[in-house]
Amino acid sequence: MTGILSLTTFAPIVGVVGILILRFFGRPDDPRTVNAAKWIALVTTLATFALSVLMLAGFDPNQAGFQFLEEAPWFGVFHYRMGVDGVSVLFVILTTFLMPLCIIASWKSIESRVLEYMIAFLVLETLMIGVFTALDLILFYIFFEFGLIPMFLIIGIWGGQRRVYAAFKFFLYTLLGSVLMLAAILAMIGISGTSSIPELMTYRFDPALQTWLWLAFFASFAVKMPMWPVHTWLPDAHVEAPTAGSVILAGVLLKMGGYGFLRFSLPMFPHASQLFTPLIFALSVIAVIYTSLVAFRQVDIKKLIAYSSVAHMGLVTMGIFSGNVQGEQGAIFQMLSHGVISGALFLCVGVVYDRMHTREIAFYGGLVNRMPWYAAVFMLFTMGNVGLPGTSGFVGEILSMTGTYSASTWTAILAATGVILSAVYMLTLYRKVVFGELVNPKLAAIADLETREVIIFAPLMVATLAMGVMPSSVFNVTQASVDHLTAAYRAAIGG
Amino acid sequence: MNFSAELAVAWPEMILAVGALALLVFGAFSPRNTAVVGWGAIAVLAAAAVGAAVQPFGSAFAGGLVFDAGAAFAKVAIYVASAICVPLGQRWFERRGVRNFEFPILILIAALGMGMMASSGDLISLYVGVELHSLALYVLAAMYRDDARASEAGLKYFVLGALSSGLLLYGASLIYGFTGSTIFTDIAVAVRGGANTGVLFGLVFLICGLAFKVSAAPFHMWTPDVYEGAPTPVVAFFAAAPKLAAMVLFGRALGQGFAGAAPQWQEVLIAIGLISVAVGAFAGLAQRNLKRLWAYSSIANVGYAILGMAAGTAEGMQSMLVFMVLYMIDVTGFFACLAALSRQGRAMETIDDMAGLIKEQPGLGLAMTAFSLSALGLPPFSGFWAKVYVFKAAIHAGLAWPAVAGLVGSVVAAFYYLRLVKVIWFDPAEGATDRPAPEARVIAVALALFSFPLVMLALVFIDPLAAQAARAFGLA
Repeated sequence: MTGILSLTTFAPIVGVVGILILRFFGRPDDPRTVNAAKWIALVTTLATFALSVLMLAGFDPNQAGFQFLEEAPWFGVFHYRMGVDGVSVLFVILTTFLMPLCIIASWKSIESRVLEYMIAFLVLETLMIGVFTALDLILFYIFFEFGLIPMFLIIGIWGGQRRVYAAFKFFLYTLLGSVLMLAAILAMIGISGTSSIPELMTYRFDPALQTWLWLAFFASFAVKMPMWPVHTWLPDAHVEAPTAGSVILAGVLLKMGGYGFLRFSLPMFPHASQLFTPLIFALSVIAVIYTSLVAFRQVDIKKLIAYSSVAHMGLVTMGIFSGNVQGEQGAIFQMLSHGVISGALFLCVGVVYDRMHTREIAFYGGLVNRMPWYAAVFMLFTMGNVGLPGTSGFVGEILSMTGTYSASTWTAILAATGVILSAVYMLTLYRKVVFGELVNPKLAAIADLETREVIIFAPLMVATLAMGVMPSSVFNVTQASVDHLTAAYRAAIGG
Repeated sequence: MNFSAELAVAWPEMILAVGALALLVFGAFSPRNTAVVGWGAIAVLAAAAVGAAVQPFGSAFAGGLVFDAGAAFAKVAIYVASAICVPLGQRWFERRGVRNFEFPILILIAALGMGMMASSGDLISLYVGVELHSLALYVLAAMYRDDARASEAGLKYFVLGALSSGLLLYGASLIYGFTGSTIFTDIAVAVRGGANTGVLFGLVFLICGLAFKVSAAPFHMWTPDVYEGAPTPVVAFFAAAPKLAAMVLFGRALGQGFAGAAPQWQEVLIAIGLISVAVGAFAGLAQRNLKRLWAYSSIANVGYAILGMAAGTAEGMQSMLVFMVLYMIDVTGFFACLAALSRQGRAMETIDDMAGLIKEQPGLGLAMTAFSLSALGLPPFSGFWAKVYVFKAAIHAGLAWPAVAGLVGSVVAAFYYLRLVKVIWFDPAEGATDRPAPEARVIAVALALFSFPLVMLALVFIDPLAAQAARAFGLA
């Protein structure tokens, strides 16, 4: 099945070409053209999902190394290299899984410049898949960095009131981190003479140099993740982005930071990773506790969920740098689970926002009286975000904390308070929005979920419960690669 | 070597000189027939480019004129860039009622001078090349005589350019006085173990003069005013090819003449490079006029190229060549966009004029977005690859901190490029734009397509050619 990775990665571009042809022959504001563009986008994303599932079916979970390798020389030292292993393959699936849902979620809420919107999403999908499949540093950087542009446009064109501010903040924050990573990438290429990620994973950089390289990569991934204190772009970006943009931001873009730590920081700079583990733990604990408290005080639903994302990502970074198998498995699982749950929560916000055009918590209340189905769906994802056993949120949290516990007891104990705090803010949110008396007269006529929304939520609910009940289905895929990664890391730091 | 064999080294120069004079005579007798002169100039430039591509290497006139891989690379790029500007400018002037046949001829003479700069093997031909192309550029800048700003730009350019020529000449005479030769290879022997104070003094003057020509800070003051005042297609011309010619000359003088003093000039170049990046990034933030903005952008970009050259290695020279070629494409394309656009007969020159461009003119809007993002250095546009080359060379040569400072400067500059993208995409359009000038539109869109995605294929060819060219400059 050589070539399936490139096929999956670039499949969305076929849709882009389709929409461009449409634009060329039709009028961009003709309803038929707009409708056709939506269908093209939906079919393309579904086909991409099918391709990625096909790839997963051919994936050998017992093999620790990269699979479906593709390689072709480019120019200079650069090559076109693609491949996936147990760490990256499920992120590809997560991306392709969320994408059709985003298209459906935007079906009605996006009314202006629909063609451009669909093109931006399809391009973004290619870039996100590419981040997880690229095995050449420069190729990775292209996918990683170019993703800023479609997201900048999505926030800036289809966003809320302060969209321009949020788009600039998002872009410049991320760019500053990324250029430092670019400097490190160029230094690594200069020293090792190769830009191949598999080769660099076994290359031993001088420990003193590792420190600088690690810090440069950290600058990029910490912003992307985002870690406290460089998380401030995220609430703004989330609040201003359209619903589907928030889903992608929380569901996939944030995972690039964690993926980067697993793919670059740990295997390539093990000494520096060990050296900076206390820093990571400290920042993670602050993120978990502080941003949970901040989340509790929010008046905007989206902002609350955004801060909750930062807190959950704190658990992920902790797990990654625990340096043991539980921690890393937990971190990967938590990222996948958070991708599904936080995406779903933003979609839940989108449901009421589409109807009422406000995200203010105080505006709502008593929705259960008018929207029982919505209340049930929202409940499931609230519980998932809290980490209730039986949902996917539980598995990730418990494992990454177990892993952290064996690396640093205090970190795990302090982080555990985050679980309580997450229950506090999520349940409070749920109570304020869904329960109570329906006092606001504007809510009297609010309608429950329509078929389109049921179609969006059904797969997400299935995924949340399935991952919660059968976590082994995920672990089987990641096990071999994570074992290998952890063993190599421990061997490198001599522990 | 006999005289005709020496002349053979100068094939491209002869084609250009004879072509320019022939067209001048034709134009003098038939001044209404500007189209013939325009196409003739393009044909002459194409012939010179072919000549430069196929001609065997060698040196002539006692080492004064060198034709090697470096010269060939630069000349082909210079002649092609010049040829693109001929239709761009001629039609622009014609639409404004200026029907003159001199424009293509001045471009030819400038190209002749730039070719000499790329080929110069001693201080004399260096100076002759610089003066020849500068004089043509002064006239071009002031060519739109009815416009007061253009005349002002031409005069300003001329006065400050004369000053820089003075610096250059003073430096050259000091170097000659202290080393006893004007030929780069002989100077290299004299400064083998490092430059003595006298030579160093001369070298610094030489560097200052050249920094002026490439508009590197702190010798950049003329750039924004001249860019703003001069006719847009003329800016498209002199923001691109002359910069490459001057950088190649810069590289050749330093590499072939002063390799022994590398640690001494490296410091100067790092300083100039970083100051340029900082000036370009911070001063650009305050600009509303796009031509001024792009002037600051070009200051910053030249700073990057100089940082690459400061590496003092063949890899550094290669990075500078790749950078300048890719940058030329961006900057020509951007000014072609500006030349194409007008709203109700008025040129669109400020950032706010571009509001809603993507709806009014999707093709040019996309092209302008591509050029902005490319100048920002965002992958996978050509400007990103240019920066990759430069910073890779700089970091590899141990200049990690200057490279990081340069990259951080690019984040500051990102703000103004993004602001342009924002205005193009987010803001509502303020009234219909006129039908864009067809030739400028074609050129802009074609160059944008080169910026992405063609650059990713083109680099497969540019990379080895630039590497070969860089080795000609005599650094390891």
